[in-house]
Amino acid sequence: MSTETENPPAAAKPEVKTPPKPAPKKPEAPPVELPAFEKSISDKIIEKFGDKIEVGFVKEDRVRINVGRENVHEVAEFIRDGLNYDHVESVSGVDYPQDNEIEVVYHIGSYSESSLARQILVLATRAQRETNPIPGNDATKLPTLRDVFYSVEFHEREVFEMFGVYFEGHPDNRRLLLPEDWADLPPLRKDFAIKGR
Amino acid sequence: MTFTLPPGLALQKVDERIMTLNVGPQHPGSGHMRIIVQIDGDYIVACDPDPGYVHRGEEKMAEYRNYITNIPHLERPVIHDSCNVLYPYVLGAEELLGIEVPERAKYVRVIASELNRCIYIMYWLAIYGIFLGHSTMFMWPAGDRELLIDLMEKMTGARVTHAHFVPGGVRNDLPPNFEDVCLRQVNYFEKRIKEYAAVFYDNPILISRTRDTGVLSRQDAIRYGTTGSVLRASGVDYDLRVKEPYDVYDELDVHTNVMKEGDSYARSRIPWLDMIESCNIIRQALQKMPKSGSVRVKLKPNPKTKGLESVYKRVESGRGSLGCYIVSDGKVEPYRVKLSVPSFRNLIALPNLLKGEKLGNMPSVYWSLNYWPVEADR
Repeated sequence: MSTETENPPAAAKPEVKTPPKPAPKKPEAPPVELPAFEKSISDKIIEKFGDKIEVGFVKEDRVRINVGRENVHEVAEFIRDGLNYDHVESVSGVDYPQDNEIEVVYHIGSYSESSLARQILVLATRAQRETNPIPGNDATKLPTLRDVFYSVEFHEREVFEMFGVYFEGHPDNRRLLLPEDWADLPPLRKDFAIKGR
Repeated sequence: MTFTLPPGLALQKVDERIMTLNVGPQHPGSGHMRIIVQIDGDYIVACDPDPGYVHRGEEKMAEYRNYITNIPHLERPVIHDSCNVLYPYVLGAEELLGIEVPERAKYVRVIASELNRCIYIMYWLAIYGIFLGHSTMFMWPAGDRELLIDLMEKMTGARVTHAHFVPGGVRNDLPPNFEDVCLRQVNYFEKRIKEYAAVFYDNPILISRTRDTGVLSRQDAIRYGTTGSVLRASGVDYDLRVKEPYDVYDELDVHTNVMKEGDSYARSRIPWLDMIESCNIIRQALQKMPKSGSVRVKLKPNPKTKGLESVYKRVESGRGSLGCYIVSDGKVEPYRVKLSVPSFRNLIALPNLLKGEKLGNMPSVYWSLNYWPVEADR
């Protein structure tokens, strides 16, 4: 995630001479009890892949897995075959210029496994970001998950045109929503600004 | 280019017989989108949907406005289902801002959401009727829809774009005497839509035009990740109001309508059954709703979230599961808002359903997907 840290206001004003107040004692946070079923899902993935993945969070009904672009295909296959998730609800790009990366987030659900009906597995991976993008012809590339989850077909096309992330192996990387003559930056990148704002 | 031809057609020179036809974007049979179909005689051999004619960059606009000022423009993708399209965003913003919603507000939201679902489905049904050349089915829903629009006008002050849900509850309390009027109108409405069966759903002409056209198997419905009425018409029992209840749906008795056929007829019948179910839900909600109390937690201007977090919330809209993914970085504006809309998710089924169909069946298959072009484009 982001590397931003907020400076405490005391550090910003060194000229104040008053002795710093003793920090109010924070009540000891009770150890967070992770929801058991969600924990078991993330444990299965950790058991299979170990260090290749990182668990982003385990919340009620939501488990987030961060994975590098070289392992994302393998992890997705395990999620489908080993955990019975069967469709992707949403594929979102998120641009992080400060990290020089573009994150692609898959929200994966299951219709056929009734115990997973409430669950969404969030699979996030990151692609290298180019300062001057040439969509399709630069290093911003990820392996496609279309052969694992058929339902990502249009979603990945949308991410390609909106963020310039080329999905290698996708059968159809044409534009979907943008006009045919669009010649600007991919519009959902942070460096594409709305005029007048 | 190779085409899979329908069975029974053996051709020597395929390319000479194939004709490309652009349906839309200015065509009454497509809405604001283009469907490029390739036909061989009367049969569709390939289909390529081309959405994007009403893309308005809602997601980009949401990064420039704060959590409250995002409300009016995020309901624009489906103005006649505006409460439902805003619902996941509001739920997500509440989780990020850490707001507890008063009990009465949750019931008001459920009532508004169910009324909006009926208003949307009536509009959809009117268009479906006129697509099939059934003018009565255009006039009746368009007229009966007014009943519920009047109710929404009483409730929110606006006939179509309500902007009624806000993080923290709803904008206004119900007007006096609303419960009685609502109950009366909804009871009449339910009686009225049940009359549609005789003129539309049991009509042999409708049945002959929609039965066994565009059949989507259960397996494919799951694989394509379809949602809402398309999914339930293919025999998958999945409704978020039951499976992942939000607000007070867990206290209400919601029945999921499922049909096994997976053809256009099933897909057109499920929304109608959903409307009858919505009337049941509204009656239950009116009964269980606390009679008084606050409906809104007032927020400070420009509320901020805690830090870098993300949330994914989803609700069952008139067309299916509608998800909203919000990433926040602790500023007053969201860092990224993504709407995962059911129309866009169902669109992937269209090329597969139309392949091998007759061209004349295209409108009945296309509109049975419960597709709203403006929502798909955002």
